[in-house]
Amino acid sequence: MIEFINFYLIPGITLGSIYALGAVGISMIFGILRFAHFAHGDLMTVGAYGALTVVWVTGIPPLFAIPFAVALAIIAALSCDRLFYKPLRELPTIYTVIASFGVALILRSLIQVIWGTESQVYVKGFQKPLVYFDTFRIATRHVQIIASTVVITGLLHVFLSYSRMGRCMRAVADDASLARVAGIDTDNVIRWTWIIGAALAAIAGVFVGLDTDVHTNLGWNMLLPMFAAALLGGIGKPLGAITGGLIIGIVEECVSYPFFGEALLSPSYKSAVAFVIMIALLILRPQGLFKGRLL
Amino acid sequence: MTPVVLDVQHLSAGYGTQAIIEQINLQLTEKEIAVIVGPNGAGKSTLLKQIFGLNQHLGGDIRFNGTSIVDIKTSALVPLGISAVPQSSNVFPTLTVSENLEIGTYASPPADKKIARERMLALFPDLAGKLGQAAGELSGGQRQMVAIGRALMSEPTLLLLDEPTAGLSPVYLEKIFDLILQIRDTGVTILMVEQNARQALRIADTGYVLANGRHAHTGTGAELLANDDVRRAFLGGSAGQ
Repeated sequence: MIEFINFYLIPGITLGSIYALGAVGISMIFGILRFAHFAHGDLMTVGAYGALTVVWVTGIPPLFAIPFAVALAIIAALSCDRLFYKPLRELPTIYTVIASFGVALILRSLIQVIWGTESQVYVKGFQKPLVYFDTFRIATRHVQIIASTVVITGLLHVFLSYSRMGRCMRAVADDASLARVAGIDTDNVIRWTWIIGAALAAIAGVFVGLDTDVHTNLGWNMLLPMFAAALLGGIGKPLGAITGGLIIGIVEECVSYPFFGEALLSPSYKSAVAFVIMIALLILRPQGLFKGRLL
Repeated sequence: MTPVVLDVQHLSAGYGTQAIIEQINLQLTEKEIAVIVGPNGAGKSTLLKQIFGLNQHLGGDIRFNGTSIVDIKTSALVPLGISAVPQSSNVFPTLTVSENLEIGTYASPPADKKIARERMLALFPDLAGKLGQAAGELSGGQRQMVAIGRALMSEPTLLLLDEPTAGLSPVYLEKIFDLILQIRDTGVTILMVEQNARQALRIADTGYVLANGRHAHTGTGAELLANDDVRRAFLGGSAGQ
């Protein structure tokens, strides 16, 4: 049991936290701008490399570099929206979806040109895990990632439920045309959607770098489980996306635990878990757990 | 002389380059109730949507309190004093009733939000016990009240209503017409598109009958109700009914 918690459950919650933060942006963008943003993973990568630069230059711990990562991802997201997505806003959304594929390639290529194609790490060397009650061994980075996600989830809930902009975002997600009639400046709501989505993606990107390493496919590789998480929670339901992310992360890690003497699934197949969950969901409950928008 | 609130001159509008309404003129003075009636496809809702900038403007002018609003974007009309209630999808279904009303204050905050809210609940007492409920869970009549309540929270001087009684039971139908009179008495000018033409014309100061996107008849509500041509062609009855 202790082994399960230390080596499967905690890493699962950590991975789920990362998926959750990325999936929030995907879910919000889908809910408000009505398109699947395939460049979202690459916004994570932009954030991860932004923090890497600060860590290289200043030598500060990666967590303190998050504000710079967030700022860089926000600038990238707002620029992409202005240059590539806004001109396509009045056309069928498939144009924007395809454009987001192009944006994903542009961002990744720029990252490769600027930072190179080699994998990098924030901190070199072995870090001793924290030991609780002589039994639970939890890596410091896992504690940091999980605790940060809990705080961010709380702040996001307060923002969406009680702030004026949060309510406007939910209103636009419900009905953009009615929101305009009600006097809501939808352009401003779209701007804030990108700001929040990109900020959380950047934080998720730094967390991936903290947990493993920083490489140019970091975000792209996470895109599928993040989409599955957004679907699982219900499209347009940011807090649902967090739940979806945690479920997928935990299931992905735990399927390789030897519950019956042998691993349920070889770890090399664990990325198929998100696929299976996504397909099952689309067939059985397309509105997701929290009754989101139907695709 | 009563000041003119809304002045529509030679308005043509539609979708893309396709005109749905052509050469429409109408004028509303302060505290007036004007009703637009006509058969399905006559362009009634298109006219209302165009005043709110939701269609393609193809010609003519719309002046509100003397200022042209043709080039003003939809979301900027609420601060000017114009509120609208669309025909369907007129509430934010996942937001609570309270949040729907709150949204109505964002673009143009009322002088006192608390008083505006109390006034709203006095007008719609049915909503008082449902403030925490999601608007999408309400009945059609209650949703219509939330929608009108949201539109009134910004204390508009002109209220546009697109078929406010569509799909409602006779009980709610009477209630809504009653409410419209009450709202007018608070000083609001009302322009309404309505399928229940007879009841609507009974409370109307002015009625406009549209057919095929053009004016067919204009007159006071009573005049139109008494007009044989209008009754036969648009109200489904003959003289004396």
